[in-house]
Amino acid sequence: MSAPEQTPGGSYAPALETPRSPYRRSRSTHTNWELYGWLFMRMSGVVLIVLVFGHLFVNLMTGEGIHQVNWGFVAGKWSSPFWQVWDLLMLWLAQLHGANGVRTIINDYAERDGTRFWLKMALYLASAIVIVVGTLVIFTFDPCADPSQTFDFCRPAIDNVPTVTSPNS
Amino acid sequence: MSTFETSPSETNAESGPAKSAARAAEGSGGAKPRPGGNESKTGEIPSFDVTLRIRRYDPEADSEPHWEDYHLTMYGTDRVLDALHKVKWEHDGALTFRRSCAHGVCGSDAMRINGRNRLACKVLLKDLNLDKPITVEPIKGLPVEKDLVVDMEPFFAAYREVMPFLITKGAEPTRERVQSQADRERFDDTTKCILCAACTSSCPVFWTDGQYFGPAAIVNAHRFIFDSRDAGSDLRLEILNDKEGVWRCRTTFNCSEACPRGIQVTRAISEVKQALIARRM
Ligand code: HEM
Ligand code: SF4
Ligand code: FES
Repeated sequence: MSAPEQTPGGSYAPALETPRSPYRRSRSTHTNWELYGWLFMRMSGVVLIVLVFGHLFVNLMTGEGIHQVNWGFVAGKWSSPFWQVWDLLMLWLAQLHGANGVRTIINDYAERDGTRFWLKMALYLASAIVIVVGTLVIFTFDPCADPSQTFDFCRPAIDNVPTVTSPNS
Repeated sequence: MSTFETSPSETNAESGPAKSAARAAEGSGGAKPRPGGNESKTGEIPSFDVTLRIRRYDPEADSEPHWEDYHLTMYGTDRVLDALHKVKWEHDGALTFRRSCAHGVCGSDAMRINGRNRLACKVLLKDLNLDKPITVEPIKGLPVEKDLVVDMEPFFAAYREVMPFLITKGAEPTRERVQSQADRERFDDTTKCILCAACTSSCPVFWTDGQYFGPAAIVNAHRFIFDSRDAGSDLRLEILNDKEGVWRCRTTFNCSEACPRGIQVTRAISEVKQALIARRM
C-alpha cells in the first residue's frame, strides 16, 4: 500500500493552536527493535524491583541503618563477589532502563529532528560514561586507597610500600 | 427556531417528563427545577440555566482560538448537542460543528466536553456540574479547521494504513464463510467502533507529534487480526510493529475512558502487543 496522498496538517495556517507536522510516517522498518525495547523495560523493571529494594534494605534497614554507610561499608560489600555482581546488574539494568525510558520521552517531546538526534546522542554518551565508569569502579575498587582507612588487611600492604630513596642521599 | 430537540411540548406523555424530573433531581449533576418554574404542572420537564463556554475559532477572522460564553435555558432532557443547536439556531449561526445522527451512531460529534472526549449527542446536560460553565472544545491533536471542526484526515490515514477490510486466501467459498460463536466473540468488542476519534484524540502519545497510529487504528486492526476468517493478520501485525505502532502505547487508559461505545480500547491494544510477542517466540 502506498503512503496516503492526503497529508494535510502542516500546510494549515500557523494560526492553529496546535500546528502539527504533516502525517508522514517512514516506511515500516521490519525490525523488532521496539518490541524488544518494550519487553526489556518490563523485564528489567521486574529485576530492578528486587535489586533496588534489596539494595535499600541491606544498606538502610539492616545493621546500624544509614549511619553505617561509609567507605568501609562499601569496601566490605565489594569485597564479596555476590555484591559486586548485584551492584553491576543494578548499574547496567537501571542505566539501560533509564536511558531507554528517556529515549522514549525524547521521541515524544522533541519537535525537530535535529533536536531529537542531538538529545539522544547526549543521552547515549552520558549513559555510556556512567556504565563504563561504574563498571570500572566496581571491579577496580581498592579498599586501601583511602589513607584514613583502618583495615587490617591493608596494613601489610602499607608496610610493604617501598620507600623512595634517592641514591644520592 | 423550535424543534423537537429543544421544545418540551413535543413530549406529551405524562409519565415520561415526571420520571425525568425525578431522575434529574436525584442525579449527581446540578439540574434543579427553576424556582417557580415547575410548581403547578407536574410532568413538565425541569428547566435550568446553563453557561456553555465554547472554544471558537474562525480561520478567516481570528489569529487565535478564544472562549465564548453562552447563557441558555435548557431542559432536563437536553444534551450538550441540543445546547449547541440552541446556540447555532438562536444566538450565532456561524457556530460550526459536525453532527449527523444525533443518537450516538455516526461518530460525527466527538468533542472535548469539560475536558473529556465525549459525543455531544450522548451527554445529558443534567449529568454535568451546572454550577460552572460547561466547556466545549474541539478534540485535541488534530488540526482545527473552524470552531469545533477538526481535520480528520490524519486520523483516517492511519485507519486506512491498517487495511480495515477482510483479506482472504484461496478460492472463494460457494457459501458464507462460517464462523463459530466463540470465534466471533473473540473480536466482538472491536466491531463496535464508529470511528469518532474520541480515543485517538484523547491519547497523550498522539498529542505529542501525531505520528502514532493511535488507538482507533489499532482497534480496527484488532477487529481483523482476531477474525478467524481473515488471512491478513501477519500484514497488519507487521504494520503495527512499526516504530509508530503499538509499542508507543503507554497504557494510559485515556482511550478506554473516552470511547462512547464502551470498547475496552487499552485491552485491545494489549492483545495486539501480546500477539506480536507470541509471533516472535
Ligand atoms: C523499581 C523498579 C522499576 C520498575 C518496575 C520499572 C518499570 C518501568 C516500566 C514498565 C516502564 C515502561 C512504561 C511504559 O512503557 O509505559 C518504565 C519506564 C521508565 N522507567 Fe522504569 N522501572 C523501574 C525503575 C526505574 C529506574 C531505577 C529508573 C531510572 C534510572 C527508571 C526510569 C524510567 C524511565 C525514564 C521510564 C520512561 C517513562 C515513560 O515511558 O514515560 N525506572 N519503567
Ligand atoms: S474505539 Fe471508541 S473512541 Fe475510538 S474511534 Fe472507535 S468508537 Fe470512537
Ligand atoms: S451525531 Fe452521530 S454520533 Fe453524535
